[in-house]
Amino acid sequence: MSGRGLFGRIDWLTVFLYLFLVLIGWVNIYSTTLSDPNLSIFDFSTLYGKQLLFIGMAISGVLLVLFIETNFFERFASIFYIISIVLLLGLFPFGRTIAGATSWYDLGFFNLQPSELAKVATALALAKFLSDIQTDIKKPKHQLFAVIIILLPALLILPQPDPGSALIYFSLFFVLFREGFPLYYLAILLFLVILFATTLMFGTVWVAIGLAVLTVLVYTFKKASTKIPFIPVLGIIVVAVLYSLSVNFVYENVFEQRHRDRFALWLSLEKDESKLEEIRKTIGYNTYQSEKAIESGGFFGKGFLEGTRTKGDFVPEQHTDYIFSSVGEEWGFVGTGTVILLFTIFFLRLIHLAERQKSEFNRMFGYGVISILLFHYFINIGMVIGLLPTIGVPLPFFSYGGSGLIFFSMLLFVFLKLDSNRLKDGI
Amino acid sequence: MKKLLLSSIIVIIGFTFIGRLSYLQLFRFSPDQTFEDPAIKAIYDYPERGYIYDRNGELLVGNQPAYDVMVIPREVKPLDTLEFCGLLGIDKNTFVEKMEKARIYSPRLPSVLVHQLSKEDYARLQEKMRHFEGFYIQKRSLRYYATNSAANVLGYISEVGEWDLKNNPYYRAGELKGRTGIEKQYEEILRGRKGVKFIQKDRFNRDIGPYKDGKLDTLPEQGKEIQITVDKALQEYGEGLMHGKRGGIVALEPKSGEILAMISGPTYDPSLLVGRQRSNNYSTLHYDTISKPTWDRSILAEPSPGSPFKILNALVALQEGVIEPSTTFKCYHGFYVGSTLRGCHCGGGTRDMNTGIFRSCNAYFAGTFRKIYSKYPTTDEGMDVWEKHMKSFGLGGYLGSDLPTGRPGRIPDKAYYDRAYGDNRWASSFIISNAIGQGEVAATPLQLANMTAAIANRGYYYTPHVIKSVGNKGAIDPRYTEPNYTTINRKHFEPIIEGMANVYKYGTAKWLQVPEIEIAGKTGTVENFVRINGERMQLTDHSIFVAFAPVENPQIALAVYIENGYYGARYAGHIASLLIEKYIKGEITRKDLEKRMLEKTLEHEYAKPFSGEPFNINEYVW
Repeated sequence: MSGRGLFGRIDWLTVFLYLFLVLIGWVNIYSTTLSDPNLSIFDFSTLYGKQLLFIGMAISGVLLVLFIETNFFERFASIFYIISIVLLLGLFPFGRTIAGATSWYDLGFFNLQPSELAKVATALALAKFLSDIQTDIKKPKHQLFAVIIILLPALLILPQPDPGSALIYFSLFFVLFREGFPLYYLAILLFLVILFATTLMFGTVWVAIGLAVLTVLVYTFKKASTKIPFIPVLGIIVVAVLYSLSVNFVYENVFEQRHRDRFALWLSLEKDESKLEEIRKTIGYNTYQSEKAIESGGFFGKGFLEGTRTKGDFVPEQHTDYIFSSVGEEWGFVGTGTVILLFTIFFLRLIHLAERQKSEFNRMFGYGVISILLFHYFINIGMVIGLLPTIGVPLPFFSYGGSGLIFFSMLLFVFLKLDSNRLKDGI
Repeated sequence: MKKLLLSSIIVIIGFTFIGRLSYLQLFRFSPDQTFEDPAIKAIYDYPERGYIYDRNGELLVGNQPAYDVMVIPREVKPLDTLEFCGLLGIDKNTFVEKMEKARIYSPRLPSVLVHQLSKEDYARLQEKMRHFEGFYIQKRSLRYYATNSAANVLGYISEVGEWDLKNNPYYRAGELKGRTGIEKQYEEILRGRKGVKFIQKDRFNRDIGPYKDGKLDTLPEQGKEIQITVDKALQEYGEGLMHGKRGGIVALEPKSGEILAMISGPTYDPSLLVGRQRSNNYSTLHYDTISKPTWDRSILAEPSPGSPFKILNALVALQEGVIEPSTTFKCYHGFYVGSTLRGCHCGGGTRDMNTGIFRSCNAYFAGTFRKIYSKYPTTDEGMDVWEKHMKSFGLGGYLGSDLPTGRPGRIPDKAYYDRAYGDNRWASSFIISNAIGQGEVAATPLQLANMTAAIANRGYYYTPHVIKSVGNKGAIDPRYTEPNYTTINRKHFEPIIEGMANVYKYGTAKWLQVPEIEIAGKTGTVENFVRINGERMQLTDHSIFVAFAPVENPQIALAVYIENGYYGARYAGHIASLLIEKYIKGEITRKDLEKRMLEKTLEHEYAKPFSGEPFNINEYVW
């Protein structure tokens, strides 16, 4: 501990942004869950009252984190990871099922979601492994091990089933990329995703034509000096077309109708108005209601506690996953724009913090924190505003829920704690 | 590169989100989405529909309250079912069934348990209502008819359909709208403008308070009352006379074009289309495809006008200067077209205009008609002139009355015959039937009455209409207060009218004179054919009569058309005389005539073609 007290050289800008986001989140939860204006905001029988309690618990957790010695996290990273894996395995016999997913331990006063804990642990473990002096990210063997660290918890979470949480672990690949994992892996992944979507939207024939046209354009406009060998390019095209064909096959034969419906909704594949109407009422109901609520906010919004669709409880799960739609309806474009701006500044600030770390472990853990938070933010808001298919993940600091808020906060503050001590690390 | 990767991704995500949000909140946002918002329920406050009065200020249509018993299933507490059923006047099974139906529809929303309670049931129920939780009484306003006649003029109202909802943003599902007659034509005046109250709702459609504290709410605007030109007494009397007969009658006031009575037979009591039995009654009327009670014969039937049309041909001939009132034609108990003799019932001999009209001589008018055409070098030119004169009487086109339906009738033109015979392949002898109102000409009873009014006015008419005044102001569309002049000079009408007066004095209608009233009229007997099972057969002639009275300063002009009523002076002539007397004197002196008309029906005539057996037409038996 330095002489500057509990908070040391903590980055106050990030703390301020964090508190601001939590506050905005709570205000919207209040508006969404308010039913009787006469009750006190500290009435813990209400959801907004409970959330206030959770905020208190999160801040206590944060203080706890700040009390802990810095190198505690690095030293026990592997232990945390193993505990998390055990807890995830323990869910199979002992888990409590809520809303169809066996993701919780019932602690009586509180439902613990180990997948949240595992996010922190995995980020720590990955950072620990990568920062090890003996690890060389260029070696395929080490690459594989890093990938296993990431995917093991994801594989355990997937059958709960909780695909949303499982997906989050893929965000940790960003840490690998930052540390020298070949970028073309990302390029290939991106290429495959684009091929997948375009195949569904336009069909294999058009994808093939598109690729051919693209190739011709590249050859036409390339500098005369640059040589691009033709055979490998042809090979890529052939593989891409085969992949495109397999996409069709998988889509029609492996996917179930509910999956197809989600893709149909996401990529606007369905043009028939009556079927669209049907989708809006079933699989696309949440997205439709949420988009409508945001749309109806306009530029200035309807005002605090004035959101008719929020009040009428039209958007399902609005206080949890769809909390952003309440921002959209009541605070309008001004509100949503502000929230996006705050998050963007918040993330850029965290990257700045991560990059200034002298310790590799700190930097990698920082990247892990950013990746996890960013992925939540991206998937959640993307889903709420209708850009991404429906995947149930909470919006960090906003969504109602104890586990989420507490672990997001601890995730962030473990990193802030590391950051506040960065100057000593080198010594 | 690898350091910037995540930063770039964060910025790209930020821009993408902002872009999508601008699209949603700035581009797709529309300020008046209050009506689409499922969270805002608009509750409408309906003004009372305007009353309709007759020309003398007698009430024709008003409103009556009706009481629906409503239920919100989830709010229902255990109750004494037997007592409740007793009060409602239904049995227990019906009650259980209806409750189940309401619960299936929605446990939270009100459903109708019993439609339109009678006043007595309502009075008994009202006292006990507070014992039954979850039930309440909703008052509705229904049309009330102070007359059992004029259904075709007044029209009816019914719930709006999909088409109305799509084409008129004012209406919401379940609202009422005028469908025919006055109710349709003056819908916006009668209905007023509903008020609206916005209520904030939740996802289960429960009220959770006024929206924006009622800032957007509006008050209802009362519907205005309307006075129409129809004379209730005359209309009711006319419908009585039409008992058992099919046809149409239109009576006009020549000096204003106001429609005094517009009768279609058979008709129906307008009260049938109100209340609990409405849909049953509607089906019965709608599917009666033989007598077609909802088909307004006074403005939709287009028979050949028959002999009344002769007087127009005479007027045209006078105007064209091809005959004088003293010009004579010889009648050989008919006239020759080429070498074939077409018959005539006038008795034969030399006919001038006066006797030609009052004896309705076919030969006289055939001669007159030929003279009109022989004035011009080609039949085409003659046809154009003839057509122009005829159309100036409001024939062969829509009259432009304020009735929402109508037919144009037909005045054939040269194009019509070119189509039928080929260009230059026809002459006046081909179309000679038009001289006597048979052939290709056709007119609705309204057009015939209007034509008669033009003769009564000696050369002009006002567009027939039923609106007299709206609200407290008398102002009506100026269209109905401007005279329409015919192409015939005023001086030519006197000899014609003299002939028409003689119809009553010496001619075809001399048995129908009304004491103290000088009437001018013209009988018409129209041959007609139908096709039944592909076989063309002739039916008993239609009986047509046009008349106006008194001859000087006419107060009423009318046309009576009775399907298969045989010769003009028979049914149509009787009815015309009775209506004239009723309107001018207010009472009937010739009770024998009246009794005969009220009692006689033509059902036996209408049954003939459907009997499947051979039948005689034009029988003289009464």
